[in-house]
Amino acid sequence: MPDQLSVLVVESDRERALQIVDGLGGSDRFVVSVISESSGLARHVAERNPDVVLIDIESPSRDILEELATASSPLERPVAMFVDRSDDGLTQAAVEAGVSAYVVDGLHAHRIRPVLDAAISRFSVFKRMRAELETTKRALEERKVIDRAKGILMKSKGMSEEEAYAMLRKTAMDRGRRVSDVAEALVTAAGLLS
Amino acid sequence: MSDVLSAGFLPLTDAAPLVVAREMGFAAEEGLDLQLVKAPSWSSLRDYLVLGKLEAAQMLAPVPVAGALGLGALGGGMEVIAALNLSGNTTTISNALAAQMREAGYDFDFTDATAAGKALIALGRPLRIAVPFPFSMHAELLYYWLEKLGLAAPQSLSVRTIPPPLMAQAMASGEVDAICVGEPWGSLAVENGDGVMLLPTSAIRQSAIEKVLAVRDGWADENPDLTRKLLRALWRASIWLDQPDKREVAAEIMARPDYLGLPVDLVERALRGVFIISPQGDLRDAQDFLVFASGAAGFPWRSQAAWIGMRIAARTGLDQAEAMKAAKAVFRTDIYRNHLRDVGVDLPSASEKVEGGLDHVTEVASETGRVILAPDRFFDGTVFDPE
Repeated sequence: MPDQLSVLVVESDRERALQIVDGLGGSDRFVVSVISESSGLARHVAERNPDVVLIDIESPSRDILEELATASSPLERPVAMFVDRSDDGLTQAAVEAGVSAYVVDGLHAHRIRPVLDAAISRFSVFKRMRAELETTKRALEERKVIDRAKGILMKSKGMSEEEAYAMLRKTAMDRGRRVSDVAEALVTAAGLLS
Repeated sequence: MSDVLSAGFLPLTDAAPLVVAREMGFAAEEGLDLQLVKAPSWSSLRDYLVLGKLEAAQMLAPVPVAGALGLGALGGGMEVIAALNLSGNTTTISNALAAQMREAGYDFDFTDATAAGKALIALGRPLRIAVPFPFSMHAELLYYWLEKLGLAAPQSLSVRTIPPPLMAQAMASGEVDAICVGEPWGSLAVENGDGVMLLPTSAIRQSAIEKVLAVRDGWADENPDLTRKLLRALWRASIWLDQPDKREVAAEIMARPDYLGLPVDLVERALRGVFIISPQGDLRDAQDFLVFASGAAGFPWRSQAAWIGMRIAARTGLDQAEAMKAAKAVFRTDIYRNHLRDVGVDLPSASEKVEGGLDHVTEVASETGRVILAPDRFFDGTVFDPE
């Protein structure tokens, strides 16, 4: 179908790439393909000649695509552009969601919109997952440090676990710090002294 | 209650003024809670700034100029209110090229751009060189240097964009022959045995503007109080940074995980201007490799903008006179003057100068007397008149 938009997704994580394709699929209005390697990225993108390129805003490889927005000989495809500034809301939403889109110049907004809407909702999910993962990871690490600090107190001061935790909490409150910070300081100090 | 201001930076040694303004308390002294945001790429940093997620950003000097010329995705929308540093980049070549040049008798002196460029061109092969962004001083100085020495672009010179963390790998895998990048990435490539450092960009042009402080169009005019605090904090940080005995502390701070997350030994090289240029451990000095304050380094000369505008226009087929005019308008020397006049900053009387005309340290007229400018020669002695 000549009217189909070709969408190229730059994503090295296979799992994520599949989810993006999934999220964009289910429509005959666009064909989606994925590119994973960052070496020779500009060349690969130019060869495939897509209408829209989607890339994670956190990807350092994004700067490679900026070349496409400038290298324009008369023979090349019209300059690829970031989402048109006439639709600031859409651009803002894309950036918030963590996706950047390069769109071939001259494409009508109503043709791009469905792709971007789908991409934005998919990337929003990723972003939320990433944030959740980081929070969980940090919480786990903090708990580990607190457990070690409790262990040190129990051993060196002959305290029970409850007493050790109460002492950490009281010290944290007195100093206006977080329990995990106090625990970390204790673990570090104990490491130095042992 | 301090005012909160978010500023973005990329993990590079020359992000030091922003980092030092925060870490050494210069921002706090101005009543500014300076929040620093590490960005993954120049394009993201630009988008965050233009779309209002950040109030200020470290930026490659040519990016706001290119934006004003309508080039690059997302177009313009940025103003430059100060220069953050002069120079600070290096060019490192692959081991294969270095071996050939050594065989041909080149001595890697690290200062003579003509000899280095001629030795490179004498290899008689097309050169593929990585830069961090299509609009960068890296790209402009490389084109300038090799074209002046007779290398034909684009037939024999291909300048490509590769993010700094991926550059060394691209050179090791043979995708490019050389990388031109801000420190510590060149030193890291040498440290990993991926290449030999050929030249600092300061050997191509002395005192070239490198990173600038960019804000969204109109932001500085609408927020004079915040602008003033930020400019003053950065000015104090830059003075601190240009004291030789502070550079070691600066390296310690920049090496922290929040900023570069690399060994101090690597970070220190650019700040001390002493480089290990080869895996064999050859040492070279680079004078004025990275300048933050001295010689009115923070002043955003409109003539520097004009030079960038002229060069970009020349290679993209735009009208050069128009481009120079548009470029100058992006560099807000008026804002810099207004906010720093009463703290004793030496402000040059003129906002433009002939670029490349100073052979040695020179005194020129300032608003209150004399200001000392550093040498600013191009390697080939060309003088650029912004008129």
